[in-house]
Amino acid sequence: MTLSALNVPIDALTAVLLIPAAAALLLALLPGYWLSARLNVLASLATFLASLSLFYERPAPTPYLFVDDLNIVFIVLSTFVAFTTSAFSASYIGHEIETGRLTPRYLRFYHAMYQTLMFAMNLGLTANNIGLMWVAVELATLTTVLMVGIYRTHEALEAAWKYFILGSVGIALALFGTILVYMAARPVLGEGQDAMVWTALIAKAGGFAPELLNVAFVFLMLGYGTKVGLAPLHAWLPDAHAEGPTPISAVLSGLLLNVALYALLRFKMLLAANPNAIAPGPLMVTMGLVSLIFAGFMLYRRRDIKRMFAYSSIEHMGLIAFAFGMGGPLANFAGLLHMTLHSLTKSAIFFAVGHIAQVKGTQRIAEIRGLTESHPLLGWGLVIGVVAIAGLPPLGLFMSEFLIVSSTFARAPLLALLVVLGLLIAFGALMLRLSELAFGKPTGSTAPVEASYIPLYAHLALVACAGIYLPGPLVAWFQAVARLLG
Amino acid sequence: MSPHLFDIAHMLAGGLVLLSLAMLYQDRMFGLLNVFALHAIVLSASVAWQGHIQGAPHLYITAIIALVLKAIIIPLALRRIVVRLGIHRTIETVVGVGPTMLAGMGLVALSMVVMLRATQTADPLAREDLAFALSVVLLGLLMMVTRRNAVSQIIGFMSLENGLILAATGAKGMPLVVEISIAFSVLVAFIVIGVFLFRIRERFDSVDVSALDAFRGERR
Repeated sequence: MTLSALNVPIDALTAVLLIPAAAALLLALLPGYWLSARLNVLASLATFLASLSLFYERPAPTPYLFVDDLNIVFIVLSTFVAFTTSAFSASYIGHEIETGRLTPRYLRFYHAMYQTLMFAMNLGLTANNIGLMWVAVELATLTTVLMVGIYRTHEALEAAWKYFILGSVGIALALFGTILVYMAARPVLGEGQDAMVWTALIAKAGGFAPELLNVAFVFLMLGYGTKVGLAPLHAWLPDAHAEGPTPISAVLSGLLLNVALYALLRFKMLLAANPNAIAPGPLMVTMGLVSLIFAGFMLYRRRDIKRMFAYSSIEHMGLIAFAFGMGGPLANFAGLLHMTLHSLTKSAIFFAVGHIAQVKGTQRIAEIRGLTESHPLLGWGLVIGVVAIAGLPPLGLFMSEFLIVSSTFARAPLLALLVVLGLLIAFGALMLRLSELAFGKPTGSTAPVEASYIPLYAHLALVACAGIYLPGPLVAWFQAVARLLG
Repeated sequence: MSPHLFDIAHMLAGGLVLLSLAMLYQDRMFGLLNVFALHAIVLSASVAWQGHIQGAPHLYITAIIALVLKAIIIPLALRRIVVRLGIHRTIETVVGVGPTMLAGMGLVALSMVVMLRATQTADPLAREDLAFALSVVLLGLLMMVTRRNAVSQIIGFMSLENGLILAATGAKGMPLVVEISIAFSVLVAFIVIGVFLFRIRERFDSVDVSALDAFRGERR
């Protein structure tokens, strides 16, 4: 087994990891930001294409890396959003350079970190070793801490510090959980490498000591749950979203939360495979519901536009955790669909918000009015995005939310009522703010904006399509993954 | 396993818990740094002893990393930061020493109860080690919660990481990849924190995290 790991050929999987790593090195050395921004897009596109080729040619699992039906969904989604975000970022940073908020030196650092983050996330998603997965999530956390603090303002440093402290504590608890899983696996799989390899763990999970697995899952839930942004461990998330550059907000919401969720799902599967361990579902259901309802109420008090959408991310991650916690083919299917569509929609919203904040020179909701009049393309993009995220038909998120509610209603009607309540609360808040932002008499600068509309509308088109028609192969694929999740 | 091998491992792990408790009541920055350095030395001895009784020579590397980095380099660097920032007088705590110590004892008891119950099938050395390790982790968390000062929060975090290393080395045969990565991540974490500290100092003339808290929440 170790031999096959040492002698890895250059296949699609290696490319998915190697391209961002090489690009990060190159971008760290290149001085000009114009060229770097384009290289960043190119590298992200290449990674996305490499990840697509994983559909056709799937490499055999090694003790360190593997690809299966579950993680390929996450990989393709995350490389796609990373690609579109890099395109958005190229136009976003041009403006930041003009206004002097970022200097070329910081941008060099920014681009190198962007690719490092992509590398860390892809590594976390493809890791077959639970220790390696932990290292990757830690690397992703450290990179984003540096990116959040990049503006060096008072608020940015505070946000980065808070994110760093809470993120490290979360990551530390997750490591303790990982060690406990190893301890549980050791008597069955023997000492050393094998007892940390995911494919070996899941095959033999039935024989592990259930008490140890239970304790381990509590730590993993708290640890990776912090990174998912589940209440009450969410405190870092709104600050980190609001104070960093907007492309990073899009990547945080659209991708990094998913990576942590993926780690959690892997361990949930491990527990589900052991008949004597506690059911992991109720824990996830509780934390998910609390996040959903709490974030719904918090949405009403937001004055900062990026913080508002950060709370909306907490709400949706709560809903997704709830769906996976409920389990069963239908709820898992709905959870996967919701996760995919949320990533696309939320990053699209952040693309719009990024340009809006730049042209208006403020993130305060009270100072942004009448966007559909002053900047029709941006304004309507934001309207469509918010309508989608609020869960209105005919957009895709309506369908996934409907599936989550209806599958819950059949099994636990009271819980379904709570979910509906949470969704309605959030819906009210979003509509209230949207009407202020988008309609009425425009305030502030009405100068034309050089925005990148393509990533924004490409995401929205995908979300709208998903609401009307889901391609058959995609449905079949998600159903297979949903069964895998148990 | 002969009893004295076990007893020494037990004593070293217990010593870590004791030092974690001692860190909770330090009210001077230098005192805290000294206890932390001692914490790292005991950790290093404990890891080396585990390497000896498990016949796992790679653990000596982890022990040396812990000794050099955590017992010498980091405390010295932090001492310089403390002197430069002029915060060596006292440590502002959120909660008094009495309640903190009581909470600490409660956490130690809790981790004993949880871990000893959960690991009935594991071998006795690993059981005790895990229980002690969880105590150290929880005490580190407690310290981070009860201290306002950024430097003492960092020390709390690093003592927490010491607990994790104790757990990882107690888990017999755990792959080396993970151990080195832990040591490495501490280094990275330290660099990051160091960078932040200097920036914070530059901007606010204070490393008191509560000064930052004044800006928390919405910008109005």
